[in-house]
Amino acid sequence: MAHANAHAVKRYSGIMDWLTTVDHKKIGILYLIAGGFFFLVGGLEAILIRVQLWAPQNDFVGADTYNELLTMHGTTMIFLAAMPLLFALMNAVVPLQIGARDVAFPFVNSLGFWTFLFGGVLLNISWLTGHVPDAGWTSYAPLAGTTYSTTHGVDYYVLGLQIAGIGTLVGGINFLVTIINMRAPGMTFMRMPLFTWTAFITSALILFAFPALTVGLAALMFDRLFEGNFFDPAAGGNAVLWEHIFWIFGHPEVYILILPAFGIISEVVSTFSRKRLFGYSSMVFATILIGFLGFMVWAHHMFTTGLGPVANALFSIATMLIAVPTGIKIFNWLFTMWGGSIKFTAANLFAVGFIPTFVMGGVTGVMLAAAPADFQYHDSYFVVAHFHYVIVGGLVLGIFAGLHYWWPKMFGRVLSESLGKWTFWTFFIGFHLTFFVQHFLGLMGMPRRIWQYLDGLGFNEMNMISTVGAFLMGLGTIFFLINVVVTSVKPKNAANDPWEDGRTLEWTIPSPPPEYNFAQTPLVRGYDAYWKEKMDGHKGMTPAEPIGPIHMPSPSILPFFMGVGLFIAGFGFMYSPDWGDVGFMKTGHLVGAIGLLITLGCMLLRSMIDDHGFHIEEEEILKDQGGKA
Amino acid sequence: MSAHTHADGHLPHEPEKATLEGRNKVLGFWLFLGGETVLFGTLFAAFLALRHQILDGPHPNHLFDLGLVALATGILLTSSLTSVFAIQAMHQQRTKSLINWLIITVILGAAFLALEIYEFSHYIHEGHKFNTSAFSTSFYTLVGFHGAHVAFGICWITLLIIQLSRKGLTVVTAPKVYVAGMYWHFIDVVWVFIFTVVYLMGKVG
Repeated sequence: MAHANAHAVKRYSGIMDWLTTVDHKKIGILYLIAGGFFFLVGGLEAILIRVQLWAPQNDFVGADTYNELLTMHGTTMIFLAAMPLLFALMNAVVPLQIGARDVAFPFVNSLGFWTFLFGGVLLNISWLTGHVPDAGWTSYAPLAGTTYSTTHGVDYYVLGLQIAGIGTLVGGINFLVTIINMRAPGMTFMRMPLFTWTAFITSALILFAFPALTVGLAALMFDRLFEGNFFDPAAGGNAVLWEHIFWIFGHPEVYILILPAFGIISEVVSTFSRKRLFGYSSMVFATILIGFLGFMVWAHHMFTTGLGPVANALFSIATMLIAVPTGIKIFNWLFTMWGGSIKFTAANLFAVGFIPTFVMGGVTGVMLAAAPADFQYHDSYFVVAHFHYVIVGGLVLGIFAGLHYWWPKMFGRVLSESLGKWTFWTFFIGFHLTFFVQHFLGLMGMPRRIWQYLDGLGFNEMNMISTVGAFLMGLGTIFFLINVVVTSVKPKNAANDPWEDGRTLEWTIPSPPPEYNFAQTPLVRGYDAYWKEKMDGHKGMTPAEPIGPIHMPSPSILPFFMGVGLFIAGFGFMYSPDWGDVGFMKTGHLVGAIGLLITLGCMLLRSMIDDHGFHIEEEEILKDQGGKA
Repeated sequence: MSAHTHADGHLPHEPEKATLEGRNKVLGFWLFLGGETVLFGTLFAAFLALRHQILDGPHPNHLFDLGLVALATGILLTSSLTSVFAIQAMHQQRTKSLINWLIITVILGAAFLALEIYEFSHYIHEGHKFNTSAFSTSFYTLVGFHGAHVAFGICWITLLIIQLSRKGLTVVTAPKVYVAGMYWHFIDVVWVFIFTVVYLMGKVG
């Protein structure tokens, strides 16, 4: 078929391909590499923290360095490791699960990655300049104000997160539109795989939570760089306002993190039990309810701030309510496994290990939700144990399950099962060793965020156990890295459906999928679309269209430079007090303006130059399929 | 089909929704405005929390000149009306009329912005600076964020006018105009709240 407007588009290879790609599968891999790198950085920081706490009155690192490690560990793990790793899986899987050829806004998808990366790099460059954020990942005012944080440390936090946050926000909008508008024929909302559902709700939470962080960070930036008075009580500002703004974002943020993990667990447990997910509709309902309630509970982080008994009681009850939909999910996973023919692959081990671990984190969550009891737990290691149980025991186990499960789909190679099991057992045992004892350390009165503790308080043994556990988790991560390297040199021979029990659309296409994902858009006839076809005796999906040319978006280098521009701008504004003047303006402001002009210029180019994309012709598609029609 | 013109040479009735790309853009922009609502909601919350912390600065009752602000409000509301006329012209495929209405919208937006800049410089003269008090910081941040949105909108619509005159009205340019119109209405709605919460409440409270 000849196209009047078929445009010649340059298709890059090598490094330029990765810098310019708008393909969601490649962007997923970029997110995985960058998020994995920051996960290692954050993990290293965690190990240094544990080494410092290994013995009473240890002086392995100084108190200042400890504060920096603590702050950067939390910030890096939440914003630069956990979120990108989730975006990696969402990018790699969601379009495939709904039978789409790409996301709704491929260009914006690439923009989201590059702004996240440059924001993350800006934040971590602080280690090289020696001004590291040290006010905790929550950066409470007035500690984070200029009175108490005199270096550029918190500036890195404010600007790095602001830039990375843009990436997350546009990514969230992208997935919402993709899931609403790009589903294959027959893929109704109530037929969507649960991972897609959780990605959908998480994206909605991102959309409504991140702008609050944007404002909070902007306000803190104005206070720090332009002598604003938002959070400075001496000038009429209000430090508690920061706490509210931060947690109005921050509490939905933890559901942004955990919901996709729930989705991954649902897929993995169902596949390896060879059973339909038990209570699918109640799972969907519970996900929506958790997302909704997630916005109503922020003040449970502030029980001891002094909001009064009425506010505390309301937020306490709202928090406890979340246990109900979460409990529904736990029982649904158990009932899915009940009577199934369960295969304990590495992916399924992580998923099954997740369930009791997350229950433990949930139980301590309900304990913390009781406001009077929280006055005792607050700022103790009990809280540290709780949130590591839900974030590491929940989210990170979920990510590992997802990576082992979808690795063949992303890379065309199945990860080694035995190394995967080594990863699981070392990481899982190490995790519980590290954090289980911290509950008791907290109950015994060990405060969090402290650099040293005294001998003779009964903290010594448990801290040592905790440190040993941290090393074991590090070992587990190393096993995973070895697995990745070992697997990458094996032949690329994963089958379309390497687990043989695949239930959803991503398993109907090659591993890794061709650039256009689906040669023919599939017709979806029910929930667990592929499984339904299998049960009806069909080999694959019924196509919803004949084979024809496929329209693809053009690659573009602009998103990369938009990220670079914001990075330069962040640097310029941050150092404007130090760099002196050039002519009538500050050097820093000039650099900042140049950076913003680069970004705005790229936006201008993007708007002015129409992207007609290009077509992958029928012959090429047929060739990919091995010549058969 | 990715054809940029309709088969018979005419545009479909709602050219902004004629392609999947266009529909994605419109939906994505609605969602973006949802996020913007939270953004301004947070700014309003911060302003409401801090608006009584005036310290030694001038009181809003003395500071605000409702006549000037009412004029600015009238101008911005009118610009919203003209942007509606622009979208109507687009639906009737009268490109020339569309461009003219957009130009009027931009001029009205620029007039609003000029009044705001005059207003701010007047306030600074009166001793109401960004770092005077928590009230002044939150005032300039909230109203300034809105002003920055207006300025961005002016640049954006100007860019679209240039594109329309060069490329004409197509299924590629139509969604751009449509979402710019949505953006302009959003800015207008935010201003209605600013007028009420900042200026009217500042006069009485």
